[in-house]
Amino acid sequence: MIQVEGLTKYYGDHPAIVGLTFHAGVGEILGFLGPNGAGKTTTMRILTGYMPPSSGTARVAGYDVVDQSLEVRRRVGYLPETVPLYPEMSVVEYLEFMGSLRRVKKLDERIEAVLEEVSLEERAGSFIGNLSKGLRQRVGLAQALLHEPEVLILDEPTIGLDPAQIIEVRKLIQEIGRSRTVLLSTHILSEAQQVCDRVLIINHGEIVVEDSPGNLQAQLAGAERLIVVTASETAELARLLERLPGVAEVKQGMNEGEVQVTCTAGNDVRPLIARKVVEAGMDLLELRPVGVSLEDIFLQLTREEAAPPVEA
Amino acid sequence: MRNVWIIASREFRQYFISPVAYAVAASIYLILGGIFFINIYFAIRGSQIDPDGRIVLGPLVTILLFATPAVTMRLLAEEHRMGTLELLLTAPVRDWEVIVGKWLGAFGFMLVIVAFTWVYPYILNRMTDPGIDQGILVSAYLGLVLLLSTMLAIGVLISAMFKNPMAAFFVALAILLVLWIVGSLGSGAGVGSQIAGSLSLVDRYYNNLYRGIISLPDVLYFVSLTILALVFGSQIVESRRWR
Repeated sequence: MIQVEGLTKYYGDHPAIVGLTFHAGVGEILGFLGPNGAGKTTTMRILTGYMPPSSGTARVAGYDVVDQSLEVRRRVGYLPETVPLYPEMSVVEYLEFMGSLRRVKKLDERIEAVLEEVSLEERAGSFIGNLSKGLRQRVGLAQALLHEPEVLILDEPTIGLDPAQIIEVRKLIQEIGRSRTVLLSTHILSEAQQVCDRVLIINHGEIVVEDSPGNLQAQLAGAERLIVVTASETAELARLLERLPGVAEVKQGMNEGEVQVTCTAGNDVRPLIARKVVEAGMDLLELRPVGVSLEDIFLQLTREEAAPPVEA
Repeated sequence: MRNVWIIASREFRQYFISPVAYAVAASIYLILGGIFFINIYFAIRGSQIDPDGRIVLGPLVTILLFATPAVTMRLLAEEHRMGTLELLLTAPVRDWEVIVGKWLGAFGFMLVIVAFTWVYPYILNRMTDPGIDQGILVSAYLGLVLLLSTMLAIGVLISAMFKNPMAAFFVALAILLVLWIVGSLGSGAGVGSQIAGSLSLVDRYYNNLYRGIISLPDVLYFVSLTILALVFGSQIVESRRWR
């Protein structure tokens, strides 16, 4: 549904994206991850027909974004980063305007349905200028969904929302993602982790990594780390744990009686640690694994890219 | 064409809910009313020849020179600044449809404002005996509508170039003023001054249509300048995509 090959875009001499190649199928939510200025928005603007690429090709819903731009635009729902709204229009007026430009059939019914989807029924008559940021975001989303697009492109859809709204919007995206193709950019990693089937990390206009969030984590996690908290002294605890088989390293934790244990790969030493701590007469308060988050992976990858020679 | 209509009608309605439109309308009627009153006053005192429709249309054209940039300045500049241009340019709408739609919306709005100025000639017609010259009135109004369409098209073109409405206002005003005064060069004999003279917006208007002479070259001049400005405007919107 989205096929991108060798996509490159220069702004003057400055390359915004270089040779991006990826694809996304129907029923797939593809996460586009990267720091600000990595080229996410540029890529999305090319895919929505807002601007042409310098070189490379992109096909959306089977149509070329340059040669068949109008066909592409008919089939894409797009929520740009700055939500494009007319503050002096009411929510319904705005959707009527967009819906008529997009030739939506049975527009009134669709508006009703889409307002329900983003739970904005009660604000249908409000002026957009009077809505809170979260509500405006939802109006933007309603606009993107209005014509039941085959492909949905969302640029940072949860930015500026409160936690409850974020959960709602993510749920909504997941529902939509079952039957459509969704490309979603974010720099919140947990979001990509929760929502996306596949993650594409992009930095300096190039794809650094492409995989499922689960695989990424497994791949880069390597050895597992544990936090052990007891009521005893840290030093004593550390001495005890260091001797155990399967423990690679013990580091002091944040508080007294707390240590961080790095295990050798493939070993679950939790039962052993629990037994030994109790046998040693210590009170075990906490024992939990610290998974390597996408956050770590992300920082690791993008940092490696960004500044290798600094420390050398 | 349907898209043009949708965009135009949104724009048209927009004018009536924004204060700018009322400010423009109010100032036009205030100035016109004042000038009308003074003219009538002097005519009644007998110190002036009998007035006709031109006592309204003459000043109206001057006011419109300033009013049209104010009306068109935000059309695309604001869309660009607010990010809504991205919405329009990623909707299945052609670039020229956006430009023509904007222009048509503004044209419709200004026609409503101009339509109300008909009340002055109407009053005049009732006051004078045997009434004012209707031919001149119709011709002058036709010319005004043509002139208006051209000035608005230039305004839309300039608005497409800027992100800031104020910048669009001043540049559009400057260009209209240049087209206004360039006619004074036309009095010379050389080819250059003839070209300059034929470019003049106002000469075209005041010398012919305003006097009741409807000639094809004048009509063509206004129509082609309007089309030219709209074509350029579409080109500018398109070129935005390439940056």
